[in-house]
Amino acid sequence: MSAPKRKLKVATTSLAGCFGCHMSLLDIDERILKLLELVELDRSPLTDIKHCGPCDLGLVEGGLCNAENVHVLREFRKQCKVLVAVGACAINGGLPAQRNHLDVRECLTSVYRTVPNDPELPLPLDHVHPINDVVRIDYSLPGCPPPADALWQFLTDFIAGRTPSLGHGLIHYD
Amino acid sequence: MQAVDVKGLLERHRHDPTRLVQMLREVQAAEGWISPTRITELAGALGLPRARVEGVAGFYAFFATTPVGAYRVLFSDNITDRMLGSVALRERLCAKLGVGPGEVRADARVSVAVTSCTGLCDQGPALLVNGHAIGRLTDARIDLIARCIEAQAPVEAWPPELFRIDDVIHRKDLILSSSLRPGEALRAAFARGADATLEELLRSGLRGRGGAGFTTGEKWRAAKLAPGPTRFVVCNADEGEPGTFKDRVLLSRYLDLVLDGMTVCGFAIGAQKGFIYLRGEYLFLQAPIEAALAARRKAHLLGRDVLGHRGFDFEVELHLGAGSYVCGEESALIESLEGKRGIPRSRPPYPVTHGYLGQPTVVNNVETLVAAALVTVNGGAWFAKHGTAKSPGTRVHSVSGDCARPGVYEFPMGLTVQELLDACGAKNAQAVQVSGPSGTLLGPAEFRRKLAFEDVATAGAFTIFGETRDLLDVSVNFAHFFAHESCGFCTPCRVGTTLLKKSIDAIAAERGTRRDVKVALRLAVLMRDTSHCALGHTACAHFLALHEKFKPTIDRRLSSLEFLPTFDLDEALAPAREVTGRDDGQAHLEDT
Repeated sequence: MSAPKRKLKVATTSLAGCFGCHMSLLDIDERILKLLELVELDRSPLTDIKHCGPCDLGLVEGGLCNAENVHVLREFRKQCKVLVAVGACAINGGLPAQRNHLDVRECLTSVYRTVPNDPELPLPLDHVHPINDVVRIDYSLPGCPPPADALWQFLTDFIAGRTPSLGHGLIHYD
Repeated sequence: MQAVDVKGLLERHRHDPTRLVQMLREVQAAEGWISPTRITELAGALGLPRARVEGVAGFYAFFATTPVGAYRVLFSDNITDRMLGSVALRERLCAKLGVGPGEVRADARVSVAVTSCTGLCDQGPALLVNGHAIGRLTDARIDLIARCIEAQAPVEAWPPELFRIDDVIHRKDLILSSSLRPGEALRAAFARGADATLEELLRSGLRGRGGAGFTTGEKWRAAKLAPGPTRFVVCNADEGEPGTFKDRVLLSRYLDLVLDGMTVCGFAIGAQKGFIYLRGEYLFLQAPIEAALAARRKAHLLGRDVLGHRGFDFEVELHLGAGSYVCGEESALIESLEGKRGIPRSRPPYPVTHGYLGQPTVVNNVETLVAAALVTVNGGAWFAKHGTAKSPGTRVHSVSGDCARPGVYEFPMGLTVQELLDACGAKNAQAVQVSGPSGTLLGPAEFRRKLAFEDVATAGAFTIFGETRDLLDVSVNFAHFFAHESCGFCTPCRVGTTLLKKSIDAIAAERGTRRDVKVALRLAVLMRDTSHCALGHTACAHFLALHEKFKPTIDRRLSSLEFLPTFDLDEALAPAREVTGRDDGQAHLEDT
C-alpha cells in the first residue's frame, strides 16, 4: 500500500517570539521548494492567512505573553492534529519570560504615562508562560532557534511517517 | 546588628580561603546579611575572584545577599512540622507582626520565611530565629516570640526555655547504653596498634550509617593505602535528610564517643587532622562541641602525641554548614569544607583517594564513628554478634510523625517496620517514609520488611503517616524540598525538580490530568537515570513510590478533562485589567 498522496497541511505562528524560529525555517534554503511539494501551508506569516483551518501539523514559535497569544494557541490546538513547540520561548518562555521577575502593573505604568485601554489591545498576562502550560503539546523542538537542519529533520521525519528524532549533531553534541 | 571587623575576621581565619564559608557565617551573624561590599572586601583580601565569593554567598540558604529582617525567622518546613500545625503558627506570627510570608517588614525589623527541616521533628513544629532553634511551637510560644521581637530584645536575652532542645531517647542498645569514658577507645587502639585496629573494624562488618552502607573498614583501609602526603578524617554531621535527628542526640550526649571514633580513625589511617562538618541548623551544638574539643586538648586526647603516644598528633576543627541539604553528600561536603559551593564532585575518584584538598579522606557519619569507637574497645566479633549477617550492629532511628512517642530508638539491625511502629506507639499507620524524602515509602503490605541494608536500607529517618493524612500532601512537601535544595549543577536535577514540583502542585490543586501524571513519571525516571549525584537520582523517588503504591491518592485529585491549563488564565489577566481599568469581553479568558 502506498502512502497517501495528499499534501500535508501545515500551519505556523509566532506568539511571544522574535520570528527567529521562522527565519531558521527559511534557512533550509532551497530545500523549501522540496518542502512545498510535500506540504501546503495554511495559516502562517508566510501566507498571511488569518485563521487556521484543519491541519495535520502546527508549528508554534514563542511563549504566551498576552490574551491574544492564548486565543491563537487555542485555535491551533483545535485545528492541528499535531502541535509542536518550536524553540526556547515556546518550550520554556524564553527571553520574554525575563519579565516574570517584574510586576506587570509596574511595567505598564512605568512605560506609559496613561496605560492604553483600547479593547483592541490584548491584555498582557501577569507572567509569560510556555505553551504547554495552556494546551497539550505533542513535540518540542528545542533551540534558540532550532537549527534549520533540525527543523528539516523534524519535518522530513514527520512527513515520512517516522517518529521525529533529532539525535546527534542536532540536539546533543558531546 | 553590628558591623563586622573584617580585618579581625580575616586574621582569626588566617586569611585561609578554605574557611570562606565560616567567614561568611560570621558576617551573616553579625550584620544580618552579606552585602556586596563585604563580598568585594573578602574576595580582595583572600585573592579570590569576586564571582567565587558571591557564588558561595548565593549558594547557602542561610546566607542572605539582600537584607533580611534584623530578626530573621525561618520556620522549619518539613512534612512533620506541617503535620503538627506549622502553617497556622507561621500565619499567626505573620499576623501578629504585620509581615507577609517571605517578606521583610517595612521597618526592617523582622522577616518570616521557611527553611528545610531543622532536625527537631520529635519536638516540632520548629523555627530558627537568627540561626537559633526553637522547638515545640504553640500559639503561646509564638505570641511570646512576637513580643520579644517587638520589644527588640536581643535573641540571647530571650527566655532560655524557648531554646531548650530535648534529647528524647526511648530505647537504648549497644551505642546509647555505652558507658565508655573519653579516650577509652583510643587507649584500646594504641594497645592494639593501627593495623590490628583496622582488622577489628573489618571483622565487625560495620557499614556506614549515612545510608549507602559502604563497609567502614574498607573505607578506612582504602584511605590508609592511598598515596598522599597527608590524610583527613571528616565527621559528617550535616544530617540534612528531613526526618533525621539522631546525630543531634549523639552529638549532644555522646560527643566524646564521636571524637574518640574520629581520633581512632586518624590513628588507624595515619591522619593528623579531622573536621566535624556540623549542619548550620545545629548552631546550639557549636559551643558544647568547642568546649569538648578544648577539654580534650587539655586532657591530651587531642594535640601533639595524643595520650603520650609518640608521633601521633591529631587535631579536630569544627566547621558549620549554612543551610544546604546537598552538603550531606560526602564530596559536596568536602567542597564546602574547602570554602566552596557545595556541588558534588564527579566520582570516581572517591574521597578515600582524592578528598579534602585532594588528599585521602575518610568521611563517616556520626553514628558510624561512634560504632567504630565501640568496636575498637569491644572487638569486631562482639559487634558482629548483633544485627543481621549482612548488617551487623545496631541502628539509631529517628522516629517522628503520627505516633505516641516520637524520639530516638536504638535497635539491632533487621528490626521490622511493624516492630518499630509498635515500639513508638503508632496505631493505624497508613504509610512510613523510611530514610527521609530520598528514601522509601512503605505501605502496610510492607510493614513486615526489615530495616537493614539487605532489605530496606535507611539512614535513620522513620516518618509515620497516620490514616487521616493525605499522602499527596507529603509528596508536595518533598517536591518543594528537592526543588529548593537542588544545587543547580546538572540540568536533569535543576530543571527536573522544579518541573516535578510544578506538576505535583498542579495535581494537588486539582488542575492535573492523567496526562500530567504520565509526563511527571517520565520526567521522574529521566531525573533518576541522568542526574549527576544521588540527590537527583532520589529526588523523584517519593512520587514514583506514591504512584506505585498509593495511586488512588493521585487519581482522586485529577480533573477528568484531557487537558487543563496549569494556571488560572483569567486571574493572570487581573493585574493588567487593574491598570487599564478594562473589564470588556476581550479582557477575560475562559479556562478551556
